Amino acid sequence: MPDDARAASLPPSAALARRRRMTDRALPWITTPVLAGLLILAWDLYVRLAGVSPLILPRPGAVWQAWLELLRDPRAWHHTWMTVYATLTGFAYACVLGIGLGVLIARARWLELTLNPFIVATQVIPKVALVPLFVLWFGFGITSKVIVAAVLSFFPILTNTALGVKSIDEGHRDVMVSLNASRWQVFRRLELPSALPYILTGLEVGIVLAIIGAIVGEYLGGSSGLGHLLIARLNAFETDGMFAVLMHMSILGFTFYFSIGALRRMLIPWHASARLKV
Amino acid sequence: MAEAVHPAIAFGAVEKWYGTRDEPVHALARTDLAVADGEFLVLLGPSGCGKTTMLRMIGGLIEPSSGEIAIEGKSLWRNGQRQAQALSELGMVFQDANLFPWLSIEKNIALPLELKGVPAPERRARAAALMRLVGIEGFGKRWPRELSGGMRQRAAIARALSYEPRILLMDEPFGALDAMTREAMNMELQRIWLETRKTIVLVTHSIAEAVFLADRVVLLSPRPGRVDRIERIAFARPRMPDLQSSAEFQAIVRGLRHRLNEIGEEGSGHAR
Ligand SMILES: Nc1ncnc2c1ncn2[C@@H]1O[C@H](COP(=O)(O)OP(=O)(O)OP(=O)(O)O)[C@@H](O)[C@H]1O
Ligand SMILES: [Mg+2]
Repeated sequence: MPDDARAASLPPSAALARRRRMTDRALPWITTPVLAGLLILAWDLYVRLAGVSPLILPRPGAVWQAWLELLRDPRAWHHTWMTVYATLTGFAYACVLGIGLGVLIARARWLELTLNPFIVATQVIPKVALVPLFVLWFGFGITSKVIVAAVLSFFPILTNTALGVKSIDEGHRDVMVSLNASRWQVFRRLELPSALPYILTGLEVGIVLAIIGAIVGEYLGGSSGLGHLLIARLNAFETDGMFAVLMHMSILGFTFYFSIGALRRMLIPWHASARLKV
Repeated sequence: MAEAVHPAIAFGAVEKWYGTRDEPVHALARTDLAVADGEFLVLLGPSGCGKTTMLRMIGGLIEPSSGEIAIEGKSLWRNGQRQAQALSELGMVFQDANLFPWLSIEKNIALPLELKGVPAPERRARAAALMRLVGIEGFGKRWPRELSGGMRQRAAIARALSYEPRILLMDEPFGALDAMTREAMNMELQRIWLETRKTIVLVTHSIAEAVFLADRVVLLSPRPGRVDRIERIAFARPRMPDLQSSAEFQAIVRGLRHRLNEIGEEGSGHAR
């Protein structure tokens, strides 16, 4: 990047660039809490001034209390664990299949031509509408949730991997050919690292879809998981409890998403996307 | 010496056609050429005359349509298969440095050694020595994007030298650099060549660069690509930048430019 190039030769602008990077990093830590605080304040004021029923919209304080209660409840932790399990297991299947098939498709044109209609079909069909069918086929247990999570997150991982492997620089391939590299070496030393930024983008989208898949699966069937807990509380008119579950789910989502971000910084520190990423 | 029996590179009746969507392109007509061990050969010619084609054929990246290429007496192709033995004598430097952005400069330079299974400590030592040779000491831990174009190209040369091939192939390695850097790089290249005594085949558009560096300049003409003439350049080494303002130097440059213009006119005469 031009910033770094200048930093190498001119100390004063190096300091400047470093200061800019520091502000870039520090700024969200200030703006995010302030904005979030203002939003919560507005919410609280609205509920009090407009006299909204706590059954429709509870006050933030009540939601906070309900969330603390949830944290103390071992059954809630069981539900959390079920959702985490379904999400991560489904996501793991999607990773293995998506990355594996993505690499194969990018390498073999005939395979891409053969599979493409089916891949597009799985993409175009509204998968959430198929969830009841999965429940019918795989029962009310955890299996159907794992499958929904896997099916939802599979596609972005597959397409991004295939795109990544196809986008490999011809010049880089020439280097490997002139070095007489084996197929495995080409994969390990060129294709994989070169496609990694794309794969990670696929994983980032995929993990969020996996959570959605698991939760939607829980909405529609079974007796465990945060999705189930949310519906149960809704039916019991425990609106503040429902909001607490919602908050819990969001925290889960953030955790997963940021874990992939951390993975990105760890695996591809050389790539521009690893540097300024929230 | 056994090596002296074979030229470093031998073209035996090599011909190249490219299949395209419409009619096939005759990129190189039947060519015989021998490059001596330790020679600095420069391929010069107008755009599209087949310089890159020739170099990529020597490098084993594309196969000749007919004829045979031998590297140090060993066939480069056998039954459509590149021969590893011949390839290991060749180091390629491309127009773009083609460094892998996910590897540090040091690891880029040592990549060929890694592929050949050389242990890590030895790789590091070798990379350090090479960085000294090409003049980028101290940049081993940097990412390629943190280096200037000239430094990246030096790293690419170091990578090509890392496994000690006998032959270095370079396709307009300094084409993307400004005139000043380019001249400095040419001096460096001459120094590296004098130190290592590799056989070098270099492709360029620049007549002055060709005459400055070469033992022999091979002038190619297009449609189909073929050797037009070969000019032996006898100036003593090391050659200094001042050489370029000498009368002899300029006479050779003028002669080549004259011939290049003729080729250009013949070419356009054919086309219209
Ligand atoms: N992959 C290819 N497919 C079809 N035709 C090609 C291919 N590569 C090169 N050619 C044709 O072969 C001829 C020689 O090309 P080549 O790239 O060897 O020229 P060059 O001398 O390196 O030119 P330049 O100086 O512009 O790099 C040109 O007419 C070009 O169009
Ligand atoms: Mg070329």
